[in-house]
Amino acid sequence: MTTTFANNRYFPAALGIGSFVAFIALVELLIRVGMINRFIVPMPSDIIAAFPRVIVEEHVLQRFLLTAGEAFAASILVAIFGIAGGVVLYRYHLLRLATETWVAAVAAAPLVLMYPLYLVIFGRSAMTIVMMGFTAGLAPVILKTLEGLMATRRVLINVGKSFNLTPSQQFWKILFPAALPTIFVGLRLGLIFALINIVGVEFLINFGGLGQLINELAERYDLAGTYAAICFVILVSICVFILTERLERWLRPVD
Amino acid sequence: MCYSRRLGLPRKHGGAEGGRQMAAVPFERIDAGAPKIAAGDPILVVDDIVKRFQTPDGVLTAIDHVSLSVAPGEFVGVIGPSGCGKSTLFNVIGGLLDGYDGTVKVAGERVRGPHRAIGMIFQEESTFPWRNVIDNVAFPLEIAGLPKAQRYERARQFVKLVGLEGFERRYPAELSGGMRQRVSMARTLAAQPKILLMDEPFAALDEQTRLLLGDKVLQIQQQLKQTTLLITHNITEAVQLSDRIVVMTYRPGKVKRVVEIALPRPRSSEIVSSEAFGRYVAQIWSDLREEASRGLDDEESRKLRETETR
Repeated sequence: MTTTFANNRYFPAALGIGSFVAFIALVELLIRVGMINRFIVPMPSDIIAAFPRVIVEEHVLQRFLLTAGEAFAASILVAIFGIAGGVVLYRYHLLRLATETWVAAVAAAPLVLMYPLYLVIFGRSAMTIVMMGFTAGLAPVILKTLEGLMATRRVLINVGKSFNLTPSQQFWKILFPAALPTIFVGLRLGLIFALINIVGVEFLINFGGLGQLINELAERYDLAGTYAAICFVILVSICVFILTERLERWLRPVD
Repeated sequence: MCYSRRLGLPRKHGGAEGGRQMAAVPFERIDAGAPKIAAGDPILVVDDIVKRFQTPDGVLTAIDHVSLSVAPGEFVGVIGPSGCGKSTLFNVIGGLLDGYDGTVKVAGERVRGPHRAIGMIFQEESTFPWRNVIDNVAFPLEIAGLPKAQRYERARQFVKLVGLEGFERRYPAELSGGMRQRVSMARTLAAQPKILLMDEPFAALDEQTRLLLGDKVLQIQQQLKQTTLLITHNITEAVQLSDRIVVMTYRPGKVKRVVEIALPRPRSSEIVSSEAFGRYVAQIWSDLREEASRGLDDEESRKLRETETR
């Protein structure tokens, strides 16, 4: 029975949307009957009603594009330097032994607290926000790239050797595609870290984007507007994830 | 002494499809200390190989003065118990291991590292999961720089050869273990190696699939006249496929005996029900039994020592 539904093309998506709508309806009900404090969580119907206002009066499109652009720039930097960093650590054993723990420590550190330093270096600009996102997303990508490369099955490397592959061919034809699923796990993690930091720093330094909008709406105690703005942050996240998924499918059609 | 003579079996090489004649002297004696392993004009010569590994318990000699040679078109099996150095020998011949004494020559050229003339099929599943069947098989042709249309055309021939026509667009995850090993085989054959080196390629498969794939290997080997060296621990597989079988001792791996398999060619898995086949299996097992027992005793002693140390 479950298998029949799972095999249906539309049922899983319909079930997901249905569950979400049911959850929203439940929250609405709990707020209306007073079980959830409406001064902490606004009613979903109020949030929906706030969307036109936030879109028109708060120029959310420009803010969305700014945050999305910062997230995109940070993502490109994270991907380039993170993957390259992982490859370097894979290639140089001593360097890996010397630095892997430090990289892991950086991945777990609350890097958002470094924003005053970045403000000094890059000024109160989008550059600070992008670099904060980049710094926060870098370590997970390095670690996961390293993990993916190290987990490449020995026999696949031996196949490459048996065909006399050059080191460059060995990397691009075997190591990189073999490590790709793990690299993309790192990229997704890194991009989550980057996005959290981007919106967080926008919020903290009150500079452009959706973070600043959330800050302003929260200070005005416009709860419905604040939650509506948060929905746009989630939209940025969805866009980034769709892009990475498409990219992964293009690079490696089947696992 | 070869078993065909000891057992009084007829030497029936070359069947209806005109199988090649076996060399009059099966193996050329290379090393005075090792049994005679001779061939007419050998394409592969393994001469006096010694490979040692440094282990926590000291130096371990994995293979000790092993010599053998394989003539063009021959199918030679190397059999021995676990721990006899079969896979080490496979890696040495394939150029994946260095730091050994002795020489490996292919068509007179000394092998130092992986060599284009040697194609390797590994024991573990080795297809590229991110490539479909045709792209897996076309891989060596892509590396060689062949234009796309040309390499796909040639890859299709090898896909057909291993009986996977119609599966070209499937990915390895969509295939059975036996089919994946055939993809690996087609990929290696597509590079058109002079010598096909196989390390227990069907070890992970069930006995029935193994016998049927053995048929496929025989058919391909006879069709391409492919020189093949098979490393295995499976006696029936070795007898079913080989012209000659090199029996190795347990650690350190040495050549214990060379058995000439005088079963008629072309062969199929039906040969396993013949009396002569059974006699070969029994004789090889009598050689291996002592070695396998030594291996088992050694393993048990090691486990006991480990337990006592703990």
